[in-house]
Amino acid sequence: MEEKRTIYMDHSATTYTRKEVLETMIPYFTEHFGNPSSLYGIARASKKAIDVARVQTAKALGADPGEIYFTSGGSESDNWAIKGVALANRKRGNHIITTQIEHHAVLHTCLFLEKEGFEVTYLPVDQYGLVDPSVLEKAITEKTILISIMYANNEIGTIEPIAELGDIARKHKVYFHTDAVQVIGNIPLDVKAQNIDLLSLSAHKFYGPKGVGALYIKKGVRIENLIHGGGQERRRRAGTENIAGIVGLGKAIEMVTADIPGHNAKIRSMRDRLIKGVLETIPNTRLNGHPEKRLPGNFNVSFEFIEGESMLLWLDDEGICASTGSACTSGSLEPSHVLLATGLPVEISHGSLRLTVGDANTEKDVDFVLEVLPKIVKKLRDMSPLYQKSGTEGGYNV
Amino acid sequence: MYSETVMDHFKNPRNVGEIENPDGVGEVGNPVCGDIMKIFLKIENNVVVDAKFKTFGCGAAIASSSMATELVRGKTLEEAWELSNKAVAEALDGLPPIKMHCSILAEEGIHKAINDYRVKRGLEAWVEKNPHSHEHDEEGTCQH
Repeated sequence: MEEKRTIYMDHSATTYTRKEVLETMIPYFTEHFGNPSSLYGIARASKKAIDVARVQTAKALGADPGEIYFTSGGSESDNWAIKGVALANRKRGNHIITTQIEHHAVLHTCLFLEKEGFEVTYLPVDQYGLVDPSVLEKAITEKTILISIMYANNEIGTIEPIAELGDIARKHKVYFHTDAVQVIGNIPLDVKAQNIDLLSLSAHKFYGPKGVGALYIKKGVRIENLIHGGGQERRRRAGTENIAGIVGLGKAIEMVTADIPGHNAKIRSMRDRLIKGVLETIPNTRLNGHPEKRLPGNFNVSFEFIEGESMLLWLDDEGICASTGSACTSGSLEPSHVLLATGLPVEISHGSLRLTVGDANTEKDVDFVLEVLPKIVKKLRDMSPLYQKSGTEGGYNV
Repeated sequence: MYSETVMDHFKNPRNVGEIENPDGVGEVGNPVCGDIMKIFLKIENNVVVDAKFKTFGCGAAIASSSMATELVRGKTLEEAWELSNKAVAEALDGLPPIKMHCSILAEEGIHKAINDYRVKRGLEAWVEKNPHSHEHDEEGTCQH
């Protein structure tokens, strides 16, 4: 029997580790396993490897190697940036500005700080998920110590005007952090030109291993430590280094930033065919996120009259891995906070689907999704009492 | 996450569709909450001779509708009224705790359809014996 194929279209959730990346990592488990803090030969090899990864990472961001700190991933980097800056600068003020569409690693950290006496402004976004720079500027007060705005949204793929937002932060002398977890390898970065003071990234989003990330901290930024203990990462982030992981991050970031335009062109062409195919063949469907200012692999779409989880179950049955903004998969019963922030009605947010194209995909995968998705939507609509009410045209109004 | 029985009823739902000139119809849920169930009953001599459904919702909601309509077919109205959400969930070999409200919707849908029939016949609507107190609210059941 032919083995069922898997079509992985959830690259924003995580990516596979590239073979070349894994191969670079392996010697650091088996041969060069020495603790970088030790003095002997095998320890020097691991210390050197971390230095190389730091240079590779700095180069990809336009930063100095001394400004890169390795962490356990995106969530830790976000937590460190926000809590660290808040605690180190609380004498200057207690106000933080972020947006309604951030990842929970940012939002829940801000909620935690609110309990600790900080005030947080959650900026709204427009229908495409864009933050308005003039709205940011108006939100800044004398007490504002940090602005944290994601570079690109993980759900709808919208790319924020980061350089412009960073410029406003700079003008008002407020630290500017960006969660860039989704953008490495998709957008060329230059933290100096883009006025970024702190930037979070995570290796498993760009074909590196899980469990390792980094925080860029611009020289001179006042920040408290998050993890206390040893003297690793220049006394700022304690804990014996995840050497193999760090080596993998370095190799992965070097690979994915080698030819961003060429890589994007390939991913974008598959993604665009997917968008066009779905929107043209399935009625009562809408694209979420910005039509142009979006990550090259991201496609987020809402199908009226049906619910996302049942769509995912059918897609999974066909071997297609995707995700949804429906409440039914999130563990809570509210649909995606991102879709709601863009003004999408709750009932339509339940019927959203995210497909994120990446290196695991081929044009054949796109063909297959375009073949099965309309059938799945039709099957679910045929049993939906909402579809019956609306008929074939027009929307169902709640 | 789901039992094999849930997946079977999700993928091969029994009794999908509408009944022409139904004797009782019950619609429960809310699109804002992400699930709506519409139950159609055909009743002859106090017996449910046919039951069909249309559902907007997750896998558990579709499977619960399918199972509930299966369970009430051939039952007297009194027996059908006794169908509890727990019986639906058990027949499905269990539902994840956060999906139990789907089985509650199925029970409520059947009740609503039965009472629709009774009221149309000039009979008194039956009163819910154990109205579902919102015990499941702590799990964040949709309040809309």
